[in-house]
Formats: sequence, C-alpha cells, structure tokens
Amino acid sequence: MKLKTFPGGLHPPDNKEWSANKAIETCPLPGELVIPLAQHIGAPAELCVAKGDHVKKGQVIGTAKGFVSVPVHSSTSGEVTAIEPRPHASGRNLPAVVIRPDGEDTWVEGISGADPETLSPDAIRECIRAAGIVGMGGATFPAHVKLTPPENKPIHTLVINGVECEPYLTADHRLMLEETDRVLDGIVILKRVLGVARAQVGIEANKPDAIEVMTKACAGKGIEVVPLAVKYPQGAEKQLILALTGREVPSGGLPMDVGVVVQNVGTAAAVSDAVRRGLPLIERIATVTGPGVTTPKNLRVRVGTPLTHLVEFCGGLKGDPAKIIMGGPMMGATQLSLDVPATRGTSGVLLFREGEIPLRPEGPCIRCGRCVQVCPAHIMPTTIAAYARLDLIAEAEEFGAMDCIECGCCTYTCPATLPLVQAIRYGKGAILAKRRKV
Amino acid sequence: MLAAILSLGGIGLAAAVALGFAAKKFAVEVDPRELAVAEVLSGANCGACGYPGCAAYAKAVATGEAAPNLCTPGGASTVDKIAHIMGVAAVTASPQIAVVLCQGDNPKAKAKYRYLGVADCNAAQKIADGPKECPGGCLGLGTCARVCPFGAIEITPEGLAVISREKCTGCKKCVPACPRSVIRMAPLDATVHVLCNSRDKGAVVRKYCQVGCIACHICAKTVPEAYVVEENLARVVYEHYDQAAPAVAKCPTKCIRDFVEGYPEGSTFAPPVVPVKAEAAA
Ligand code: SF4
Ligand code: SF4
Ligand code: SF4
Ligand code: SF4
Repeated sequence: MKLKTFPGGLHPPDNKEWSANKAIETCPLPGELVIPLAQHIGAPAELCVAKGDHVKKGQVIGTAKGFVSVPVHSSTSGEVTAIEPRPHASGRNLPAVVIRPDGEDTWVEGISGADPETLSPDAIRECIRAAGIVGMGGATFPAHVKLTPPENKPIHTLVINGVECEPYLTADHRLMLEETDRVLDGIVILKRVLGVARAQVGIEANKPDAIEVMTKACAGKGIEVVPLAVKYPQGAEKQLILALTGREVPSGGLPMDVGVVVQNVGTAAAVSDAVRRGLPLIERIATVTGPGVTTPKNLRVRVGTPLTHLVEFCGGLKGDPAKIIMGGPMMGATQLSLDVPATRGTSGVLLFREGEIPLRPEGPCIRCGRCVQVCPAHIMPTTIAAYARLDLIAEAEEFGAMDCIECGCCTYTCPATLPLVQAIRYGKGAILAKRRKV
Repeated sequence: MLAAILSLGGIGLAAAVALGFAAKKFAVEVDPRELAVAEVLSGANCGACGYPGCAAYAKAVATGEAAPNLCTPGGASTVDKIAHIMGVAAVTASPQIAVVLCQGDNPKAKAKYRYLGVADCNAAQKIADGPKECPGGCLGLGTCARVCPFGAIEITPEGLAVISREKCTGCKKCVPACPRSVIRMAPLDATVHVLCNSRDKGAVVRKYCQVGCIACHICAKTVPEAYVVEENLARVVYEHYDQAAPAVAKCPTKCIRDFVEGYPEGSTFAPPVVPVKAEAAA
C-alpha cells in the first residue's frame, strides 16, 4: 500500500538509531533550576514570587498575562535564589526564576484531579490553561487557545501529531511506546473538549513499534492510527492535515478553517496529567543526541534544567561542540551556550562537533530549482529570498513569502548553501511590520 | 540602407515637431524660482530634506512651504543661493557629518557566534541580537554603506564601517539604517569623538573589546566641559568640541580619537591596539 503523504518535502538521513531504542530515563534534578517566564508564544508570564521565597513543586511562579498566555510553575520545591535575566533559548538574556532545589520535591497543596467524564468542556479547557500546557512539538502555542475555536469554525477532526519527522528526535516515539495510556487518555479528553467524533493519529512509518502499540490501544475508541510516508516536514501542521484528510489549509488560514485541530502526542499526555491528576506541566520528554554527546538518551526532564546538566547525565560532551541545537536539526534553534535551560517546548538537544555539520559560506545561486521542488508550501524560495534581500518587500509578499512555513527544506537542499530561510524570515518580518503600519 | 536612415530620421523629425508643439500647447506655468532653486540643489535626490527628491524640495521651497536650509548635501553655499533666490535671510544649519562610534572590528571585538547568514546588518541583528558580543558595536555587514547615496561609507576588510569626511554630505540616511544605532551625526568641525557605543559596564566591555569605552571618567575629569559619561559610556559634548582634544592622549583604551589629520578612508583605518587585559587579547 502506498503511504499517505503531501507533495514536496525531502528525506534527510533520519539518524534516529542514535536514541530510538533508548528507554526513557529520568534525569535527576540539577543543583539549580532556571525557569524562564517566557516559555510560550504570546505574552510572557508575570512574576509572582520574590527572591528568598520558598516555593513548592507545582506552585505558580508566573501568572498568565492575557488570553494567549499560560502560567509558569516551579518544577520542584526549593528556594528562589535569584530573579534575573539568564541566557534563554532565543539567544537573549530573558527574565528567569532561579530555584535551588531543597531535595524534598514536595508538591504544593491542593493538587487534585477529576474524572474528565464529569467535567464540562469549558472546565477541561480551564484545567489545561491552568496547567500551563503549550504545544509540545516545539511551537509552544498555548493549547487552550487552539481548543477554543470560534463558533463559525466547526471542528470535525482532531489530528494528533505523532509524526516526529525531524531527524534525530525520538522523544515522541518513546512516549507513544512507553506511555501509551497517558497519550490515549489525553486524546480521549481532547476529543471531548472539541466534541468531535473523529480523531486521527499520524505516525511516520519509520516507527513500526509505535504504530503497532498505538493501533492496538486506539482500537474501538473512534481513534484511527495512520502510518505516513517517511518524509520531512510531514509533522508540519498544514502538511500533516493534507496527508491525513486531503484538505489544504488555505494561504493565510489556520487548521480550523478546514475543521481540524492539531495537537502533538506530548501535549495529549500533558492534558491527561492535567485533567485526571491535576498536574501542571513541569516536565517533559526530550532527546539528547548527536555525535557530540557520549551516550544519547531519551530523558524525562524538569522544566528549567540547564542543558549542561542534561549533557552531563548523558556522559558528557565528546570534544568541543561546534553547534548546539535545541529542537530538531531542520527547524530547531542554534544555541550560543549550554547554559540555557530546557523549557516546555524543548523536544531535544543536538550536539555536533566541527566537521559534522556543514558550515560553508554561501555561493551564487545556480538556478538549479531544487529549492522550488522541495518546498512543501509550493512557493519559490530562491525568488522570495532574493526579493527579501533587496528589500523589495511588496514583491516578496506577492510571491507568497507569508506562506513559508520555515521548514528549512530549501536551505537544506540548496547546493549553493544560500541562507534561504533566513532571508525569507527577514522578509516576513518586514511584511508584518509594513502591515502593522498601514 | 540610406532609405532606412532617412525614414528613421523622418520619424524623429516628425516626433520632434509634434513634441515641440505639445510642449507649447500643454505647458504648465512653472514658478521661475522653483526652476532656479532646482538648479542650485545638489541633484543627489538623497531625501535628506524630507522631500522625495530634489525637484519636490525645490517646489516646496518656491511655494514657501519649506525652509531654504534643508539641503544638507549642498552645504552653506547652497543655502545662501536658495536664500538669495527666495529673497530671505540665510540661516545656515551648521554642517554635520556622520560618524561610526565604534572601532571594535573583528580582530578587536569578540564574536558571540560564527555568522554565516545573509550579509546584512538588520538580518544578522535578528539572530540572537547579532553575532557580536558587544550589544552596541558595528556589525560590519554594510547595510549603511548600501543606503548611502554618496558612497561615503566603506567597510574595512576587518568588518568595520568607516565614513569618508570628503564624501559624507550629512544627509543622515545611514543613521536609521543601522540596527545598532552606531552612526551618529556630529558637527563637521569636531574632529574628536568617543568611538564606542557600548553601554555595558567597564568590566563587561573589557571582556569583549580591546578598544571599548570603560567609563573610567578620565576624559570627563580632564575636560569636564567637553565630556559626559552616561550609562557607562563617554560622549563628547559637541557644543564644546573645541576643548575636547586634551583628553585624547589620556584615554586608557584609546577609544577617543582625534581625526585632525582627516577622517579615515577605507581600510587604512587602523587605530592602535591596546590590549586591556591578557584574557581580552586572547
Ligand atoms: S536550490 Fe539554491 S542554487 Fe538551486 S535554485 Fe534554489 S537557491 Fe538557487
Ligand atoms: S565596546 Fe565599543 S568599540 Fe568595542 S565593539 Fe562595542 S561599541 Fe565598538
Ligand atoms: S555601522 Fe551599522 S549598518 Fe553600518 S556596518 Fe556597522 S552595524 Fe552595519
Ligand atoms: S555617510 Fe550617512 S550622512 Fe553621510 S552621506 Fe552617507 S548616508 Fe548621508
């Protein structure tokens, strides 16, 4: 049978063998947790503790500021030793709460779950918001917002993203395999919130064990597990929806425009914890891998754990890292140091040494058209990038710059190593700035 | 062949006659003062006057909408001429020049990461606030040089923008183009500048730059009238630029420079390197 997929995209070596067979291990608490107040797209949380305070595990340390925002919680019990700007995954120093664990790991009072069957969809949404759940595939968009579609956009399908199409990452794979029940429970709850009868779980065909386990678990629950072709960016929202439902999200539109809501498997598991057990999102599964780390692992990581600590737990660095990436190699963010903490959106940490990653300056475009062939958004990366670089913003917009999903396929495939995505992203910024002005 | 030339010539002639006729018939009355003003403007269409090009500015002057002293590239003589045409008193704005307030090129200021992206300062600034450890230093990717209508800015091979005293007309176009606001306007006659733009504390600056201002206040103590130190950064008080020179030799990091010999041209710009600390030089 031909597997479902979308047109465009490419197939980089997936390098999953580094960590695919490593069962999830719990990373011990570090000597110091650094919890950034900005861990989601939207307004950063507002600080509500002070230096010197003793906080408990699960206690709110930052309250949500606005609808597209969620609270931030302490990941353990201990003392707040500092509130100051610290290195953040964005490359800037951003406000963070620094906590010295007291080793007790005591939960804050009042943590209690409920049977989701007895809760109204709105009550469940509130649970999800209060638990600080964000899109855990890496986009970190507050989950409750996606789960509150406007009335004129009826939702008929819940799509669960278990694709994990980024090379190297295996955290979602292990989660589906080892914690199937949590994931499944989360999906059932999400279905209830949205009031949909239909749910589909997309998983890339390179995870046959996860497909098998999930298919068995989902049988008879109105949840269909669909194996998908192994191709990047199969896990991008619009591409996933196209592959699964055959519907194309219109340019400038959202999944809800075609009646779909997409949530990642990790998000589903977190939803189950939040509703059934009342647990806030203070830990997640992340893959630490790549040729630059001694023992690649899948880890259960407390939010705020510095990458240095994660790497140490994985046997330390192999040589000097030339590149540290948070997230996958295609869409992840390069880090300036290992001092940044893992957050709710950290799906993995990749380490490469000199020579293991191409670091070539750009050459001239040879008009080979490869970038156009692989572009899953069906735009012309080379043309748009050229316009953006010339500050011809109107032209870049006309050629569909805003449709770019920043998947990195064009940059990856370009033999001239042109920084295509960066140029297009720059153009998108200029287009948005222009739109705000008029 | 001859026929072809003749016929082409014929078409040309016919067109010329027609155009000449049209020009007479449809001529719009133009204020002669507007034409006269347009004549004395520099013709660079740089936009420093705030109008879209020299012609638009000439029109605005003629209608009395714009002041006669807005053409910075033209300098004092242009202002005089325009004032004469318009029959008003000349109020010359003191001529200005753009200065890059940074000497921290690649060998002298530390990089935060290796940048291999789009060669544009604004694009680079978007990635973790730029590849330079110093948050204020020149990125050297030449965005300013590309916007300068007079070719006055050059980027040295070491990655620093330098502005030619001869070519800069003070049009100010480069100032908003720089994402780090390294370029400031200064009076043309002032030759002494503090060439640094970092507001970090001295101890922090020492860690990443050999030639940065460490806010030691020696300049302000030497000539209190001519220097202020604010937010860990010394600046020349340009109202008293003529008194600024004595502090030049006293600055421990040599970040105050006197360009009395003329402003640097291109890559010849090589200020003395004074290692501040062994670790900074490493
Ligand atoms: S892949 Fe690179 S070289 Fe080929 S057309 Fe696109 S930009 Fe040009
Ligand atoms: S410290 Fe001053 S001189 Fe050095 S790079 Fe920064 S702005 Fe430039
Ligand atoms: S002065 Fe500013 S715009 Fe010019 S090269 Fe330096 S950083 Fe770039
Ligand atoms: S250097 Fe700046 S102020 Fe001087 S002419 Fe060029 S753009 Fe205008």
